[in-house]
Amino acid sequence: MTEQSSSEQKDPRAVKPEPLLHVTHLRAYLSSRHGVVKAVDDVSFEVGHGEAMGLVGESGSGKSVMSRAIMGLMPRRSDRTGSVLFKGRELIGLPRKEMSEIWGPQISMVFQDPGRSLNPVVPVERQLTEGMRRHLGLGRSEARGRALQLLREVGVSDPERRLRNYPHEMSGGMCQRVMIAAALACEPDLLIADEPTTALDVTIQRQILDLLRRVQRERNMSMILISHNLPLVAGRTDRTAVMYAGRLAETGSTRQVFESPRHRYTAALLAATPTITHERHSPFRLIPGTLPNPVKPPAGCRFAARCDHFHGPCHELGPDMTPVAAGHHVACADPVPAPAAVGARGGEHDGR
Amino acid sequence: MTTTDTAAERATGQPRPPVAPGRLPRVTLDRRGTSALVRLSQGWLVLIVALAVLAPVLPLASYAIPIGAPHTAPDLGSFSTLLGTDGLGRSMLSRVVYGARVSLVVGAAACLIAFVVGTVLGLLAGYFGRWIDSVVVLVSDVMLAFPGLVLLLALASIFSPSVKTLILGMGVMGVPQFVRLARAHTLSWSAREFVRAAKGLGANPFRILFREILPNVLPPLASYMPIVLSHIVVAEGSLSFLGLGIPPPRPSWGGMVSAAKDSIADQPMLVFVPALAIFFTVFALNQIGDHLRSRFDRTVEQ
Amino acid sequence: MAGSGTAHLRGEDALLSVRNLVVEYHTDAGTVQAVSDVSFDVLPGETLGIVGESGCGKSSMGRAVLRLGGMTSGEISCAGERIDRADEKTMRALRRDMQMIFQNALGSLNPRRHVKEIVAEGLAIDGVPKAERDRRATDMLEEVGLTPERFSDMLPRQLSGGQAQRVAIARALALRPKLLVCDEPVSALDVSVQAQILNLMEKLKPEFDLTVVFIAHDLAVVRSVSDRVLVMYLGKVCEFGDSVEVYDNPVHPYTRALLESVPLPDPDRPFTGSPLEGDVPSPLAPPTGCRFSGRCPAAQERCARSEPEIREVLPGRFAACHYPLAAAADLPDPDARAAAADRREPQGREHEPTGRRPEGA
Repeated sequence: MTEQSSSEQKDPRAVKPEPLLHVTHLRAYLSSRHGVVKAVDDVSFEVGHGEAMGLVGESGSGKSVMSRAIMGLMPRRSDRTGSVLFKGRELIGLPRKEMSEIWGPQISMVFQDPGRSLNPVVPVERQLTEGMRRHLGLGRSEARGRALQLLREVGVSDPERRLRNYPHEMSGGMCQRVMIAAALACEPDLLIADEPTTALDVTIQRQILDLLRRVQRERNMSMILISHNLPLVAGRTDRTAVMYAGRLAETGSTRQVFESPRHRYTAALLAATPTITHERHSPFRLIPGTLPNPVKPPAGCRFAARCDHFHGPCHELGPDMTPVAAGHHVACADPVPAPAAVGARGGEHDGR
Repeated sequence: MTTTDTAAERATGQPRPPVAPGRLPRVTLDRRGTSALVRLSQGWLVLIVALAVLAPVLPLASYAIPIGAPHTAPDLGSFSTLLGTDGLGRSMLSRVVYGARVSLVVGAAACLIAFVVGTVLGLLAGYFGRWIDSVVVLVSDVMLAFPGLVLLLALASIFSPSVKTLILGMGVMGVPQFVRLARAHTLSWSAREFVRAAKGLGANPFRILFREILPNVLPPLASYMPIVLSHIVVAEGSLSFLGLGIPPPRPSWGGMVSAAKDSIADQPMLVFVPALAIFFTVFALNQIGDHLRSRFDRTVEQ
Repeated sequence: MAGSGTAHLRGEDALLSVRNLVVEYHTDAGTVQAVSDVSFDVLPGETLGIVGESGCGKSSMGRAVLRLGGMTSGEISCAGERIDRADEKTMRALRRDMQMIFQNALGSLNPRRHVKEIVAEGLAIDGVPKAERDRRATDMLEEVGLTPERFSDMLPRQLSGGQAQRVAIARALALRPKLLVCDEPVSALDVSVQAQILNLMEKLKPEFDLTVVFIAHDLAVVRSVSDRVLVMYLGKVCEFGDSVEVYDNPVHPYTRALLESVPLPDPDRPFTGSPLEGDVPSPLAPPTGCRFSGRCPAAQERCARSEPEIREVLPGRFAACHYPLAAAADLPDPDARAAAADRREPQGREHEPTGRRPEGA
């Protein structure tokens, strides 16, 4: 895609173009009362053009910090190292001024709580048009026209009236639609949706998920969908990455991860997730124990202490992932045995 | 972190861009320490309190009896003459130290009265609401609207000025501040789930109020005490300055400023010494109050 | 959707019975009827799951049942005692038998008291002597899987969400209540911790001989723990019945839409049906007729006009809908369908925890 990508291709498999987002050895440490929290500790992955990646993990896995580390939205007293290449451009170390040119037209974000991420005293119209006028240099009426078009695209009825609304006059689902419209306003190449439906009701959650998937496909945009809820990303992403205690446990096509999870943690998490077909009064499979201390994470595999297949080599396991199938990688010393043939196809559509 | 390029390539099936090898993020920890100013303030208050408490056993001359000529300059020769003498030849140091006793005793006692009465009223108003709340809020609003000094002047002119009336008047003056604070904290704590849980266990209102809510309301209120104390020290100073404070010959800082105000041009020491004592004490109390509040009062956290 | 009506009630045997409960809140914008004329029964030993989206009134109802929140009108009785009529003093004594677990476990523990004290608080109120109290608190901590030596003297802020919820469960069960109302007990917890708490509750339920009202928005969680489910929408009952039957074959269109909105861990079939359109209407101005009519895919002209009464659509299956899904094909006329439902023999059912089963009222 960019100038840099074509020259140094050694791997015969790597005929595919440079990914849109290429994260390598990303570390993001934060300060806390108890010491330095290693929220993201050596994570590498990539997101291709037009690809939707799900990033799942429980609280404390570092998934939200990672999205902020990519965006350069780190809190005070924190630091990040490693590399975040976006369209071949290194984002780590980029001055804030240049970064602010990237927020909006390049990468934009949708947050968990739409009520709080919209400015309560600014009407919807200004929240939608501000970015367009700044980044795209649109005039007032042009921007307004586009705002109306965007609201229609995200399924807001009577958009003219909505433009005059303030956030508190709208329901949570409506606020999230407006947030998505605002995130799409400058035509980003990458949309990071951090728990976009956690604050919403289940019927509205489904509407928003469908909406995100639709606009992502229609615009051929890349998306990172972050959630603690595994089933939520299943049908809405091409690839899935599972995070645990600051490290990636498993990445692969969504189909691979859900149909044949190979990391012991992914498998345990899937088994512990309640489903609406769970047999009544039958116990859930448990993951015993608790998350390791993020200040002093154990050496080797961080899931080892809770894993029922723990043995010696687990303590020597590094952060690197090993391939178990085409496009399917795990960081596990004793992966779940592979089931009979599961294709390396993408989640909902084949390849890209 | 000892990742080789080949390992990285294996991970994604792609060549890796060059990465600064293994630099770890550097994070400075947020150690919320005690600032030098707060430490100095603590030191000053300890000094003042120690002097006030130990005054009778210190080798100090009596505050009421002249020890030499009036207006002698500070003299390092004896403890009592360290700050010189006042217009009547009495030891300044002795008067400042004994003045601290008055200021601190009046301040602390009044503050305690205000704290206890205000907290109880605020708790009751905040928890029970309804008419109790209306009455308590109305009365404390009236008291806040009424100029404190005028109230004290009225009190001082009705009753004869004495330490008791002073304490009572200042205590009453401080009550509404604690009422407001206690009421606000009670309101926010009583909406918490654990209060509902206690009710669910069958606790009666007083048990809830004193065992569930009070322990949570106390720390922020107690950390507000130095600030109220500083207000009272200032008020006491003003009252004594107006001649309605402690009757002479007992010294108080405000009274000393008042007595020396006419000779401020030629004897500035006589005004500055007690005035600085008030200033440093009030400043130190405010510093410590703010410090405590930033630790114990959730409402002032960022 | 209109959920008024009593066809689904099971009468005398119930441990908890709620009749025509109305809970109203007065706001600046007007009066909100959070719970609007809801009736239900819970039989001894059974777990009733109450599901619905936010604003359906499930939490207001849970609190009203224990008189921890206001109620406007209605009757509530537990073990034969009229909760709604009891004066404060009687009520405090009755509370021993009915305990609650909250969504925000950490928030339900006093931050300035030690775990042991928190667990023993109910016993202290009850006048149990100190030594006995300590012993029982220790036992309860063991019971919920917290080592007493390690946790007794901890403060709530030192606990994780899951541990805090265990402490809350220990506190509630220390009084040996008959009824336990759980308001979203696991929704704030991570999946792996959620499973631990749900398993713990399933283990403790027979041990303590509990009757449980389990309020949650997570349908998957509710199914796993409930014997019967009550589905609510905007303050009204939609559907009531055996949990497995309701989930496998919902008769109310809202129940079906709700179930179809739950994402499945299946990349090929993330959802089973088409999504539900629109937003939940404002409870300040609920729709006339059936409250779900505005969003209902099967709504007809009649639905917006008249409020459906709850009735037995299939044996043991109650719904407040003019056009329930179950028998729609064979019986177009709802009255004829209702008549047919009356004639049908009740069928046996697996999982009958109490050995009793309700007959259509």
